[in-house]
Amino acid sequence: MDVFQILLNGIVLGALYACIAIGFSLVWGVLNVINMLHGSFIILGGYLTYFAWHYTGIYPIILLPFVALALFALGYVLQHLFINKVVTAPVLTTLTLTFGLDMILYNLMTVFFTATPRRVTLDLGTLSFGDVYLPIDRLLGMALALVLTALLYLVMRGSRIGRAIVAVRMDRQAAALMGIRVNQVYSITFGIGALMAGAAGAIFAMVFPVTTNLTGVFLGKAFVVCVIGGLGSVPGALVGGLALGLIESVAGYTIGPQNAITVGFLLMLFLLVVRPTGLIGVKGYE
Amino acid sequence: MSIAAVVAYTIALALIPQFAGNYETRIAISVAMFSALALSWNFIGGFTGYPSFSTAAFFGLGCYIGALSQRAGLPAEAAWMIATVGVAAFAAALGAIILRLKGHYFAIGSIAIVEVTRLIISSWGSVTGGGDGLNVPLMTGTPDVVAARILYIMLAVMGGAFVATVIVDRSRLGFGLRCIHQNEDAADMVGVDTTRFKIAAFVLSALFCGLVGAVYASWVGYIDPTDSFSILLTVKVPVMALLGGAGTLAGPIVGAGVFVLLEEFFWANFLQWNRAILGIIIVFLIFFLPGGLLKIRYKNLLKKLSANRSADRSNTVSEGEAKG
Repeated sequence: MDVFQILLNGIVLGALYACIAIGFSLVWGVLNVINMLHGSFIILGGYLTYFAWHYTGIYPIILLPFVALALFALGYVLQHLFINKVVTAPVLTTLTLTFGLDMILYNLMTVFFTATPRRVTLDLGTLSFGDVYLPIDRLLGMALALVLTALLYLVMRGSRIGRAIVAVRMDRQAAALMGIRVNQVYSITFGIGALMAGAAGAIFAMVFPVTTNLTGVFLGKAFVVCVIGGLGSVPGALVGGLALGLIESVAGYTIGPQNAITVGFLLMLFLLVVRPTGLIGVKGYE
Repeated sequence: MSIAAVVAYTIALALIPQFAGNYETRIAISVAMFSALALSWNFIGGFTGYPSFSTAAFFGLGCYIGALSQRAGLPAEAAWMIATVGVAAFAAALGAIILRLKGHYFAIGSIAIVEVTRLIISSWGSVTGGGDGLNVPLMTGTPDVVAARILYIMLAVMGGAFVATVIVDRSRLGFGLRCIHQNEDAADMVGVDTTRFKIAAFVLSALFCGLVGAVYASWVGYIDPTDSFSILLTVKVPVMALLGGAGTLAGPIVGAGVFVLLEEFFWANFLQWNRAILGIIIVFLIFFLPGGLLKIRYKNLLKKLSANRSADRSNTVSEGEAKG
């Protein structure tokens, strides 16, 4: 296979991975919670998009903001009702709680949506440059993922709520003293995490089939991307996502797709030990 | 007190094959097996306070080492010993690396270990059979005899894990681990060899899992990667320990027993919803039983309940009087 094709596949995949991981990274960086619900949020976003498209025929890109908002509401409510109550507890407690919530959500999805793989088929054709091929739906997915990432970056840099989130991440107590309602910020942050997951799911449903069996796979990708890139920053997730996409693409070609995933995890373990702040992470959020 | 209770409980479980059928024996095996796993987790998660989610990695490796040794022609007992030693060595080597991590990073790292071991086992098809799994030589004897034997072995493992817990609890090691739990830097400062203590706890938490895994493989006769290295198992075991009371002696046994029975009940009655119900139990546990079942002050609870009841009674009496 052509080198350019491998690199191109890696970049397309990497943009999607960045989009998957960005909400997870935000929640971990700001709330100090490992959100085991993240994989299910992504699949829920994908299913909502598929079913809305299937029954109404509305173009999925128009559906995407609505799906994302629905996920925001779900995330906000879950954080407000449950996770905020134990948000300062040790990781064992918060991780177990989100895992419990994930089991409930997963079960609801398998009962109401079944585990059949679903995919929005757009049939947009394929671009080709010489012998490098690029399906247009993947290109669209990559573009959407990058746009969403850029939007989140702008929100975090420029808006009032974005600055409040960053302030809470830096120092919870000082932020509270400055008049920021920390619990409110937590709920909004978790909502944004779910929103990004939902949007990523909507994009995924246009590119690959989604099924509830994939929740663990997506969660694993979020782990790896966060550790590679570093926590709590949008550029970190982007770098981590692109790095993982390229690594998996190259490893998939050289040593087989099954081993590519192992390589990603091994790299993550290696980085955890030698550089737990990630490639461009910020120090001090353990 | 709790030691006597555990001994009585073990004897009661051991008597089940004499008085009940194969189904009850199977549940008793599950109870003993998960008790051993939860007791193991308690060394690293309960005493030391490290959020380890590696249980399934140790269990799965135990399954595979045991199964491969048995397929190589070794007798079952030898295969179980090899699995125990192999998994302990693996944990010692691994612990030296990942115990440098703390908190969230340790949690993520320990989950990743499960994924990595599962992926390696399933892609190393020439040795492990890959996704097709492995058949393990069946034990000889009628189903009743085999089930009873497995039950006694699992109970022995559980007993061994409990004895180890009691010994650790009363030794310098247990004291040091509790110090690490409270404040690792301070423990280091006053002379606790934190690295060695943590590795010891990690190895203890792996050893019995490896043994349980190997015995499990002999019991079920067939193993595959998804079943042996399941993320569900890796979270279920800490939940059991938390349910009973992490860091206590008998808590993991209580938690495992209650959890297995609840799970069995929900599997039998609400097949479609069992995962959600287990999720609800976890959420309930986190909010209402943060210290586990053993840490509830039952005396106070009884007093409160009886106070409520007498209050209710006086209410109904006064209502009755009003009506009369």
